[in-house]
Amino acid sequence: MSTADKIIVYGAEWCGDCHRTRALFDQYNVAYEYVDIDADADAKAAMLALVDGQNTIPTVVFTDGTIMQEPSNVELIDKLGLREENVSGKTPEHDVIIVGAGPAALTAAIYTTREDIETLIFERGVIGGLAAVTDKIDNYPGFPDGVAGLTLADDLRKQAERFGAVIELGEVTAIHTDGNRTRLETTSGDMLAKAVLIATGSDYKKIGVPGEEEYYGRGVHYCATCDGAFYRDKRIAVVGGGNSAVQEAIFLTRFTTHIDLLVRSTLKASDVLKQDLQKLVDEDKITVHLSTTTDEIVGKDKFVTGIKVTSDGEPVELILDGVFVFVGLDPNSQFLQPTPVEIDDVGFVVTDQNLMTNMPGVFAAGDIRSGATMQIASAAGEGATAALKIREYLEGREHAVQN
Amino acid sequence: MVKDITIFTTNTCGYCQMVKKYLGAKGHTYQEVNLDQEPHRQAEALQLSGALTVPVTVVTMHDNTQEVIVGYNLAKLAPAVA
Repeated sequence: MSTADKIIVYGAEWCGDCHRTRALFDQYNVAYEYVDIDADADAKAAMLALVDGQNTIPTVVFTDGTIMQEPSNVELIDKLGLREENVSGKTPEHDVIIVGAGPAALTAAIYTTREDIETLIFERGVIGGLAAVTDKIDNYPGFPDGVAGLTLADDLRKQAERFGAVIELGEVTAIHTDGNRTRLETTSGDMLAKAVLIATGSDYKKIGVPGEEEYYGRGVHYCATCDGAFYRDKRIAVVGGGNSAVQEAIFLTRFTTHIDLLVRSTLKASDVLKQDLQKLVDEDKITVHLSTTTDEIVGKDKFVTGIKVTSDGEPVELILDGVFVFVGLDPNSQFLQPTPVEIDDVGFVVTDQNLMTNMPGVFAAGDIRSGATMQIASAAGEGATAALKIREYLEGREHAVQN
Repeated sequence: MVKDITIFTTNTCGYCQMVKKYLGAKGHTYQEVNLDQEPHRQAEALQLSGALTVPVTVVTMHDNTQEVIVGYNLAKLAPAVA
Protein backbone atom coordinates (compact mmCIF):
# COMPACT_ATOMS: atom_id res chain seq x y z
CA MET A 1 0.00 0.00 0.00
CA SER A 2 1.21 3.42 -0.90
CA THR A 3 0.32 6.63 0.90
CA ALA A 4 -0.56 10.04 -0.53
CA ASP A 5 -1.27 13.47 0.93
CA LYS A 6 -4.73 13.74 -0.58
CA ILE A 7 -7.72 11.46 -1.09
CA ILE A 8 -8.24 10.55 -4.75
CA VAL A 9 -11.76 10.03 -6.13
CA TYR A 10 -11.84 8.22 -9.48
CA GLY A 11 -15.14 8.89 -11.21
CA ALA A 12 -16.97 10.08 -14.30
CA GLU A 13 -19.41 12.86 -15.06
CA TRP A 14 -22.31 10.49 -15.75
CA CYS A 15 -21.88 8.61 -12.48
CA GLY A 16 -24.41 9.69 -9.84
CA ASP A 17 -22.63 7.93 -6.98
CA CYS A 18 -19.46 9.83 -7.89
CA HIS A 19 -21.31 13.14 -7.57
CA ARG A 20 -22.77 11.96 -4.26
CA THR A 21 -19.33 11.09 -2.93
CA ARG A 22 -17.86 14.41 -4.01
CA ALA A 23 -20.81 16.33 -2.57
CA LEU A 24 -20.29 14.59 0.78
CA PHE A 25 -16.58 15.48 0.79
CA ASP A 26 -17.40 19.08 -0.19
CA GLN A 27 -19.96 19.30 2.57
CA TYR A 28 -17.43 18.24 5.20
CA ASN A 29 -14.57 20.24 3.61
CA VAL A 30 -12.57 17.08 2.98
CA ALA A 31 -9.73 17.81 0.53
CA TYR A 32 -9.64 15.40 -2.38
CA GLU A 33 -8.47 15.14 -5.95
CA TYR A 34 -11.09 14.21 -8.53
CA VAL A 35 -9.97 12.16 -11.52
CA ASP A 36 -12.35 11.80 -14.46
CA ILE A 37 -11.47 8.39 -15.89
CA ASP A 38 -13.26 9.20 -19.15
CA ALA A 39 -10.99 12.20 -19.71
CA ASP A 40 -7.71 10.63 -18.65
CA ALA A 41 -6.84 7.17 -20.01
CA ASP A 42 -3.59 6.97 -18.03
CA ALA A 43 -5.42 7.72 -14.79
CA LYS A 44 -8.01 5.06 -15.65
CA ALA A 45 -5.20 2.55 -16.18
CA ALA A 46 -3.68 3.60 -12.84
CA MET A 47 -7.04 3.06 -11.11
CA LEU A 48 -7.55 -0.35 -12.74
CA ALA A 49 -4.04 -1.37 -11.60
CA LEU A 50 -5.00 -0.52 -8.00
CA VAL A 51 -8.17 -2.63 -8.01
CA ASP A 52 -7.19 -5.70 -10.05
CA GLY A 53 -8.92 -4.39 -13.15
CA GLN A 54 -12.32 -3.87 -11.54
CA ASN A 55 -13.94 -1.11 -13.55
CA THR A 56 -16.04 0.29 -10.69
CA ILE A 57 -16.56 3.94 -9.81
CA PRO A 58 -16.40 5.80 -7.64
CA THR A 59 -13.17 4.23 -6.45
CA VAL A 60 -11.82 6.22 -3.52
CA VAL A 61 -8.16 5.96 -2.47
CA PHE A 62 -7.51 7.30 1.03
CA THR A 63 -4.26 8.83 2.25
CA ASP A 64 -3.49 5.70 4.28
CA GLY A 65 -3.73 3.63 1.11
CA THR A 66 -7.17 2.14 1.88
CA ILE A 67 -9.32 1.70 -1.23
CA MET A 68 -13.14 1.80 -1.21
CA GLN A 69 -15.26 0.98 -4.25
CA GLU A 70 -18.75 2.48 -4.50
CA PRO A 71 -18.77 3.35 -0.78
CA SER A 72 -22.04 4.49 0.79
CA ASN A 73 -22.11 7.86 2.58
CA VAL A 74 -22.30 5.94 5.86
CA GLU A 75 -19.12 4.02 5.05
CA LEU A 76 -17.34 7.22 4.04
CA ILE A 77 -18.48 9.06 7.17
CA ASP A 78 -17.34 6.12 9.33
CA LYS A 79 -14.01 5.90 7.55
CA LEU A 80 -13.26 9.61 8.00
CA GLY A 81 -14.77 9.94 11.49
CA LEU A 82 -17.13 12.67 10.28
CA ARG A 83 -19.99 12.18 12.72
CA GLU A 84 -21.58 15.53 13.36
CA GLU A 85 -21.04 15.38 17.13
CA ASN A 86 -17.31 15.24 16.43
CA VAL A 87 -17.64 18.66 14.83
CA SER A 88 -20.20 20.50 16.98
CA GLY A 89 -20.32 18.26 20.01
CA LYS A 90 -24.07 17.69 19.76
CA THR A 91 -26.37 16.11 17.22
CA PRO A 92 -29.33 18.33 16.35
CA GLU A 93 -32.64 16.87 17.46
CA HIS A 94 -36.10 17.35 16.00
CA ASP A 95 -39.57 16.25 17.04
CA VAL A 96 -40.43 14.93 13.58
CA ILE A 97 -38.33 14.56 10.47
CA ILE A 98 -40.26 13.91 7.27
CA VAL A 99 -38.35 12.36 4.40
CA GLY A 100 -39.73 13.72 1.13
CA ALA A 101 -41.90 16.78 0.39
CA GLY A 102 -44.72 15.49 -1.80
CA PRO A 103 -48.45 15.69 -0.99
CA ALA A 104 -48.26 13.05 1.80
CA ALA A 105 -45.31 14.78 3.47
CA LEU A 106 -46.67 18.31 3.20
CA THR A 107 -50.12 17.30 4.45
CA ALA A 108 -48.53 15.51 7.41
CA ALA A 109 -46.48 18.65 8.11
CA ILE A 110 -49.62 20.84 8.08
CA TYR A 111 -51.07 18.58 10.79
CA THR A 112 -47.93 18.18 12.94
CA THR A 113 -46.99 21.85 12.91
CA ARG A 114 -50.54 22.91 13.77
CA GLU A 115 -50.17 20.68 16.85
CA ASP A 116 -46.94 22.51 17.72
CA ILE A 117 -44.87 19.47 16.89
CA GLU A 118 -41.63 20.85 15.49
CA THR A 119 -41.15 19.43 11.98
CA LEU A 120 -38.26 19.34 9.54
CA ILE A 121 -38.79 18.12 5.97
CA PHE A 122 -36.03 16.83 3.68
CA GLU A 123 -36.47 17.01 -0.08
CA ARG A 124 -33.79 15.90 -2.54
CA GLY A 125 -35.84 16.76 -5.65
CA VAL A 126 -38.89 18.88 -6.29
CA ILE A 127 -41.07 20.22 -3.47
CA GLY A 128 -44.46 18.72 -4.30
CA GLY A 129 -42.94 15.55 -5.70
CA LEU A 130 -44.40 13.95 -8.80
CA ALA A 131 -47.52 16.09 -8.38
CA ALA A 132 -45.38 19.18 -9.03
CA VAL A 133 -44.22 17.91 -12.42
CA THR A 134 -47.69 16.76 -13.48
CA ASP A 135 -49.34 19.10 -15.97
CA LYS A 136 -52.87 19.09 -14.64
CA ILE A 137 -54.59 17.24 -11.83
CA ASP A 138 -58.30 16.67 -12.34
CA ASN A 139 -59.05 14.18 -9.57
CA TYR A 140 -57.90 16.08 -6.48
CA PRO A 141 -61.00 17.17 -4.57
CA GLY A 142 -61.87 20.82 -4.21
CA PHE A 143 -60.77 21.95 -7.68
CA PRO A 144 -63.81 21.72 -9.96
CA ASP A 145 -61.77 22.80 -12.99
CA GLY A 146 -58.66 20.81 -12.10
CA VAL A 147 -55.43 22.32 -10.83
CA ALA A 148 -51.93 22.66 -12.29
CA GLY A 149 -49.57 20.29 -10.46
CA LEU A 150 -47.10 23.08 -9.83
CA THR A 151 -49.83 25.28 -8.30
CA LEU A 152 -51.06 22.52 -5.99
CA ALA A 153 -47.49 21.77 -4.92
CA ASP A 154 -46.74 25.41 -4.20
CA ASP A 155 -49.97 25.89 -2.25
CA LEU A 156 -49.32 22.77 -0.14
CA ARG A 157 -45.81 24.06 0.60
CA LYS A 158 -47.11 27.51 1.61
CA GLN A 159 -49.73 25.92 3.84
CA ALA A 160 -47.17 23.75 5.62
CA GLU A 161 -44.70 26.64 5.97
CA ARG A 162 -47.45 28.90 7.30
CA PHE A 163 -47.61 26.76 10.44
CA GLY A 164 -43.85 26.53 10.80
CA ALA A 165 -42.68 23.52 8.80
CA VAL A 166 -39.08 23.89 7.64
CA ILE A 167 -38.05 22.39 4.31
CA GLU A 168 -34.40 21.55 3.86
CA LEU A 169 -33.15 20.90 0.33
CA GLY A 170 -31.06 17.80 0.83
CA GLU A 171 -31.17 14.05 1.14
CA VAL A 172 -31.55 11.50 3.91
CA THR A 173 -29.10 8.71 3.17
CA ALA A 174 -29.68 6.27 6.05
CA ILE A 175 -31.70 5.77 9.22
CA HIS A 176 -30.93 3.82 12.41
CA THR A 177 -32.53 3.34 15.79
CA ASP A 178 -30.54 5.25 18.44
CA GLY A 179 -31.93 4.55 21.92
CA ASN A 180 -35.49 5.89 21.93
CA ARG A 181 -34.71 8.17 18.98
CA THR A 182 -34.11 7.61 15.28
CA ARG A 183 -30.80 8.76 13.87
CA LEU A 184 -30.87 10.03 10.29
CA GLU A 185 -27.77 10.49 8.19
CA THR A 186 -28.37 13.41 5.87
CA THR A 187 -26.49 15.64 3.48
CA SER A 188 -26.74 18.27 6.25
CA GLY A 189 -25.11 15.95 8.80
CA ASP A 190 -26.53 13.50 11.34
CA MET A 191 -29.81 14.32 13.05
CA LEU A 192 -31.97 12.72 15.72
CA ALA A 193 -35.76 12.58 15.57
CA LYS A 194 -38.40 11.47 18.05
CA ALA A 195 -40.46 10.27 15.09
CA VAL A 196 -39.82 9.90 11.38
CA LEU A 197 -42.24 9.86 8.46
CA ILE A 198 -41.02 8.22 5.28
CA ALA A 199 -42.90 9.88 2.42
CA THR A 200 -40.38 9.55 -0.39
CA GLY A 201 -42.99 8.55 -2.96
CA SER A 202 -42.19 7.14 -6.32
CA ASP A 203 -40.61 8.02 -9.64
CA TYR A 204 -41.58 7.07 -13.17
CA LYS A 205 -40.42 3.61 -14.08
CA LYS A 206 -38.11 2.91 -17.00
CA ILE A 207 -39.23 0.58 -19.79
CA GLY A 208 -35.91 -1.28 -19.80
CA VAL A 209 -35.25 -1.46 -23.54
CA PRO A 210 -32.08 -0.83 -25.56
CA GLY A 211 -31.53 2.85 -26.33
CA GLU A 212 -33.55 4.08 -23.33
CA GLU A 213 -30.53 4.92 -21.19
CA GLU A 214 -28.33 5.94 -24.12
CA TYR A 215 -30.74 8.63 -25.33
CA TYR A 216 -31.94 9.81 -21.89
CA GLY A 217 -32.53 13.56 -22.11
CA ARG A 218 -31.85 13.53 -25.85
CA GLY A 219 -35.07 12.00 -27.06
CA VAL A 220 -36.07 9.83 -24.10
CA HIS A 221 -37.94 11.73 -21.40
CA TYR A 222 -39.96 11.10 -18.23
CA CYS A 223 -41.21 14.65 -17.59
CA ALA A 224 -43.56 16.23 -20.12
CA THR A 225 -43.87 19.55 -18.28
CA CYS A 226 -40.07 19.87 -18.24
CA ASP A 227 -39.02 18.71 -21.66
CA GLY A 228 -42.15 18.96 -23.81
CA ALA A 229 -41.25 22.44 -25.07
CA PHE A 230 -38.36 20.95 -27.04
CA TYR A 231 -40.83 19.09 -29.25
CA ARG A 232 -42.59 22.02 -30.90
CA ASP A 233 -43.73 20.89 -34.35
CA LYS A 234 -42.16 17.47 -33.83
CA ARG A 235 -43.47 13.94 -33.89
CA ILE A 236 -43.18 11.86 -30.74
CA ALA A 237 -44.37 8.68 -29.04
CA VAL A 238 -45.80 8.41 -25.55
CA VAL A 239 -45.39 4.97 -23.97
CA GLY A 240 -48.03 3.84 -21.47
CA GLY A 241 -51.77 3.48 -21.17
CA GLY A 242 -52.68 4.69 -17.69
CA ASN A 243 -53.90 8.08 -16.44
CA SER A 244 -50.40 9.60 -16.45
CA ALA A 245 -49.59 8.53 -20.01
CA VAL A 246 -52.91 9.79 -21.39
CA GLN A 247 -52.86 13.05 -19.38
CA GLU A 248 -49.29 13.85 -20.42
CA ALA A 249 -49.95 12.88 -24.07
CA ILE A 250 -52.88 15.33 -24.08
CA PHE A 251 -50.60 18.02 -22.60
CA LEU A 252 -47.87 17.34 -25.17
CA THR A 253 -50.23 17.89 -28.13
CA ARG A 254 -49.86 21.65 -27.47
CA PHE A 255 -46.34 21.30 -28.90
CA THR A 256 -46.30 18.31 -31.22
CA THR A 257 -47.58 17.68 -34.74
CA HIS A 258 -48.43 14.08 -33.94
CA ILE A 259 -48.21 11.59 -31.07
CA ASP A 260 -48.20 7.80 -31.28
CA LEU A 261 -49.56 6.52 -27.96
CA LEU A 262 -48.06 3.06 -27.46
CA VAL A 263 -50.16 0.96 -25.09
CA ARG A 264 -48.94 -2.49 -24.06
CA SER A 265 -52.41 -3.98 -23.59
CA THR A 266 -55.50 -1.77 -23.29
CA LEU A 267 -56.12 1.78 -22.08
CA LYS A 268 -56.39 1.94 -18.28
CA ALA A 269 -57.13 5.67 -18.08
CA SER A 270 -60.30 7.16 -16.63
CA ASP A 271 -63.34 7.58 -18.88
CA VAL A 272 -63.05 11.37 -18.80
CA LEU A 273 -59.45 11.23 -19.99
CA LYS A 274 -60.43 8.69 -22.64
CA GLN A 275 -63.06 11.12 -23.95
CA ASP A 276 -60.49 13.95 -24.11
CA LEU A 277 -58.13 11.57 -25.85
CA GLN A 278 -60.79 10.60 -28.39
CA LYS A 279 -61.20 14.25 -29.44
CA LEU A 280 -57.49 14.46 -30.21
CA VAL A 281 -57.62 11.12 -32.04
CA ASP A 282 -60.48 12.51 -34.16
CA GLU A 283 -58.35 15.58 -34.93
CA ASP A 284 -55.53 13.21 -35.97
CA LYS A 285 -53.20 14.64 -33.31
CA ILE A 286 -52.84 11.31 -31.49
CA THR A 287 -52.88 7.75 -32.83
CA VAL A 288 -53.50 5.04 -30.24
CA HIS A 289 -51.70 1.72 -30.77
CA LEU A 290 -53.08 -1.00 -28.49
CA SER A 291 -51.33 -4.37 -27.84
CA THR A 292 -48.06 -2.67 -28.70
CA THR A 293 -44.80 -3.33 -26.87
CA THR A 294 -41.68 -1.21 -27.17
CA ASP A 295 -38.59 -3.15 -28.24
CA GLU A 296 -35.92 -0.54 -28.84
CA ILE A 297 -35.37 3.20 -29.06
CA VAL A 298 -33.13 3.98 -32.00
CA GLY A 299 -31.15 7.08 -32.87
CA LYS A 300 -28.37 8.64 -34.84
CA ASP A 301 -25.74 11.27 -33.94
CA LYS A 302 -26.72 11.16 -30.24
CA PHE A 303 -30.44 11.89 -30.84
CA VAL A 304 -33.52 9.69 -31.15
CA THR A 305 -34.77 9.03 -34.68
CA GLY A 306 -37.34 6.33 -34.09
CA ILE A 307 -38.78 3.52 -32.01
CA LYS A 308 -39.06 -0.18 -32.78
CA VAL A 309 -42.25 -1.79 -31.52
CA THR A 310 -44.20 -5.01 -31.87
CA SER A 311 -47.82 -4.24 -32.65
CA ASP A 312 -50.29 -7.14 -32.71
CA GLY A 313 -47.33 -9.47 -33.15
CA GLU A 314 -45.88 -7.56 -36.10
CA PRO A 315 -42.57 -5.65 -35.85
CA VAL A 316 -42.96 -1.98 -36.82
CA GLU A 317 -40.53 0.94 -36.76
CA LEU A 318 -41.95 4.41 -36.21
CA ILE A 319 -39.91 7.43 -37.32
CA LEU A 320 -40.06 10.19 -34.72
CA ASP A 321 -38.06 12.71 -32.70
CA GLY A 322 -38.74 11.78 -29.11
CA VAL A 323 -40.23 9.27 -26.69
CA PHE A 324 -41.97 10.16 -23.41
CA VAL A 325 -42.31 7.27 -20.97
CA PHE A 326 -45.11 6.88 -18.37
CA VAL A 327 -45.30 3.14 -17.70
CA GLY A 328 -45.81 3.04 -13.96
CA LEU A 329 -44.08 3.98 -10.75
CA ASP A 330 -41.00 2.80 -8.88
CA PRO A 331 -40.74 3.39 -5.11
CA ASN A 332 -37.94 5.65 -3.82
CA SER A 333 -36.85 3.20 -1.12
CA GLN A 334 -33.21 2.55 -2.11
CA PHE A 335 -31.92 4.40 0.97
CA LEU A 336 -33.85 1.97 3.18
CA GLN A 337 -32.29 -1.18 1.71
CA PRO A 338 -29.52 -1.47 4.32
CA THR A 339 -31.87 -0.57 7.22
CA PRO A 340 -34.12 -2.85 9.27
CA VAL A 341 -37.25 -1.18 7.79
CA GLU A 342 -39.34 -3.91 6.21
CA ILE A 343 -39.79 -3.50 2.45
CA ASP A 344 -42.06 -5.69 0.33
CA ASP A 345 -40.76 -7.65 -2.65
CA VAL A 346 -41.37 -4.77 -5.06
CA GLY A 347 -39.71 -2.14 -2.88
CA PHE A 348 -42.60 -0.53 -0.99
CA VAL A 349 -42.46 0.09 2.77
CA VAL A 350 -44.63 -2.21 4.89
CA THR A 351 -46.67 -0.55 7.66
CA ASP A 352 -49.17 -1.65 10.29
CA GLN A 353 -52.69 -0.24 10.64
CA ASN A 354 -51.22 2.84 12.34
CA LEU A 355 -48.96 3.47 9.34
CA MET A 356 -45.93 2.59 11.49
CA THR A 357 -43.14 0.46 10.06
CA ASN A 358 -41.44 -2.34 11.99
CA MET A 359 -38.95 0.29 13.28
CA PRO A 360 -40.50 1.98 16.35
CA GLY A 361 -41.28 5.64 15.69
CA VAL A 362 -40.75 5.34 11.94
CA PHE A 363 -43.96 5.80 9.93
CA ALA A 364 -44.68 5.75 6.19
CA ALA A 365 -47.37 7.40 4.05
CA GLY A 366 -48.23 8.00 0.42
CA ASP A 367 -46.90 6.28 -2.72
CA ILE A 368 -43.97 4.70 -0.83
CA ARG A 369 -46.27 2.63 1.39
CA SER A 370 -47.01 -0.96 0.48
CA GLY A 371 -50.67 -1.04 -0.58
CA ALA A 372 -50.78 2.63 -1.64
CA THR A 373 -53.18 3.51 -4.44
CA MET A 374 -50.77 6.02 -6.03
CA GLN A 375 -53.29 8.85 -5.92
CA ILE A 376 -52.53 12.39 -4.74
CA ALA A 377 -55.75 12.54 -2.71
CA SER A 378 -54.89 9.23 -1.01
CA ALA A 379 -51.36 10.42 -0.29
CA ALA A 380 -52.69 13.59 1.35
CA GLY A 381 -55.14 11.50 3.39
CA GLU A 382 -52.42 9.11 4.52
CA GLY A 383 -50.23 12.10 5.43
CA ALA A 384 -52.96 13.40 7.74
CA THR A 385 -53.48 9.95 9.27
CA ALA A 386 -49.75 9.46 9.79
CA ALA A 387 -49.45 12.85 11.49
CA LEU A 388 -52.21 11.94 13.97
CA LYS A 389 -50.63 8.55 14.65
CA ILE A 390 -47.28 10.26 15.17
CA ARG A 391 -48.87 12.59 17.69
CA GLU A 392 -50.27 9.62 19.59
CA TYR A 393 -46.87 7.96 19.46
CA LEU A 394 -45.12 11.09 20.77
CA GLU A 395 -47.64 11.42 23.56
CA GLY A 396 -46.93 7.81 24.45
CA ARG A 397 -50.59 7.01 24.18
CA GLU A 398 -51.98 3.67 23.24
CA HIS A 399 -53.25 3.76 19.69
CA ALA A 400 -56.99 4.28 19.51
CA VAL A 401 -59.00 1.12 19.29
CA GLN A 402 -59.79 0.32 15.68
CA ASN A 403 -63.40 -0.21 14.82
CA MET B 1 -16.50 34.04 -7.44
CA VAL B 2 -19.71 33.80 -9.41
CA LYS B 3 -20.08 36.60 -11.95
CA ASP B 4 -23.29 35.69 -13.66
CA ILE B 5 -25.97 32.98 -13.66
CA THR B 6 -28.41 32.25 -16.49
CA ILE B 7 -31.21 29.67 -16.23
CA PHE B 8 -33.11 28.27 -19.18
CA THR B 9 -36.66 27.39 -18.08
CA THR B 10 -40.22 26.78 -19.26
CA ASN B 11 -43.52 27.84 -17.70
CA THR B 12 -44.50 24.36 -16.55
CA CYS B 13 -41.21 22.92 -15.31
CA GLY B 14 -41.15 22.09 -11.58
CA TYR B 15 -37.41 21.45 -11.49
CA CYS B 16 -36.80 24.97 -12.87
CA GLN B 17 -38.67 26.40 -9.88
CA MET B 18 -36.39 24.41 -7.59
CA VAL B 19 -33.22 25.80 -9.17
CA LYS B 20 -34.60 29.33 -8.83
CA LYS B 21 -35.67 28.65 -5.25
CA TYR B 22 -32.24 27.27 -4.33
CA LEU B 23 -30.35 30.19 -5.91
CA GLY B 24 -32.75 32.68 -4.30
CA ALA B 25 -32.22 31.06 -0.89
CA LYS B 26 -28.45 31.36 -1.34
CA GLY B 27 -28.80 35.05 -2.25
CA HIS B 28 -27.87 34.73 -5.93
CA THR B 29 -29.43 36.77 -8.69
CA TYR B 30 -29.86 35.23 -12.11
CA GLN B 31 -31.19 35.87 -15.59
CA GLU B 32 -33.98 33.65 -16.77
CA VAL B 33 -34.51 32.60 -20.37
CA ASN B 34 -38.05 31.26 -20.63
CA LEU B 35 -38.18 29.01 -23.67
CA ASP B 36 -41.98 29.24 -23.86
CA GLN B 37 -41.54 32.99 -24.35
CA GLU B 38 -38.33 32.77 -26.39
CA PRO B 39 -38.55 29.48 -28.30
CA HIS B 40 -35.83 30.63 -30.73
CA ARG B 41 -33.30 30.25 -27.90
CA GLN B 42 -33.88 26.49 -27.59
CA ALA B 43 -30.91 25.77 -29.82
CA GLU B 44 -28.73 27.72 -27.39
CA ALA B 45 -29.91 25.62 -24.44
CA LEU B 46 -29.35 22.44 -26.43
CA GLN B 47 -25.86 23.51 -27.44
CA LEU B 48 -24.90 24.31 -23.84
CA SER B 49 -26.39 21.20 -22.27
CA GLY B 50 -26.29 18.61 -25.04
CA ALA B 51 -29.79 17.65 -23.97
CA LEU B 52 -33.39 18.47 -24.81
CA THR B 53 -34.33 19.47 -21.31
CA VAL B 54 -34.71 22.28 -18.83
CA PRO B 55 -33.59 23.60 -16.44
CA VAL B 56 -30.15 24.36 -17.80
CA THR B 57 -28.15 26.57 -15.45
CA VAL B 58 -25.05 28.34 -16.74
CA VAL B 59 -22.74 29.63 -14.02
CA THR B 60 -20.07 32.05 -15.25
CA MET B 61 -17.20 32.82 -12.88
CA HIS B 62 -15.16 36.04 -12.72
CA ASP B 63 -12.38 34.39 -14.73
CA ASN B 64 -15.05 33.64 -17.40
CA THR B 65 -14.92 29.87 -16.89
CA GLN B 66 -18.37 28.38 -17.20
CA GLU B 67 -20.14 25.48 -15.61
CA VAL B 68 -23.33 24.11 -17.14
CA ILE B 69 -25.66 22.18 -14.83
CA VAL B 70 -28.37 20.14 -16.52
CA GLY B 71 -31.52 19.50 -14.52
CA TYR B 72 -32.02 20.13 -10.80
CA ASN B 73 -28.89 18.50 -9.47
CA LEU B 74 -27.94 19.85 -6.03
CA ALA B 75 -24.74 17.79 -5.95
CA LYS B 76 -23.50 19.86 -8.91
CA LEU B 77 -25.39 23.11 -8.43
CA ALA B 78 -24.38 23.67 -4.79
CA PRO B 79 -20.59 23.54 -5.33
CA ALA B 80 -20.86 25.49 -8.62
CA VAL B 81 -22.36 28.55 -6.89
CA ALA B 82 -20.67 28.12 -3.48
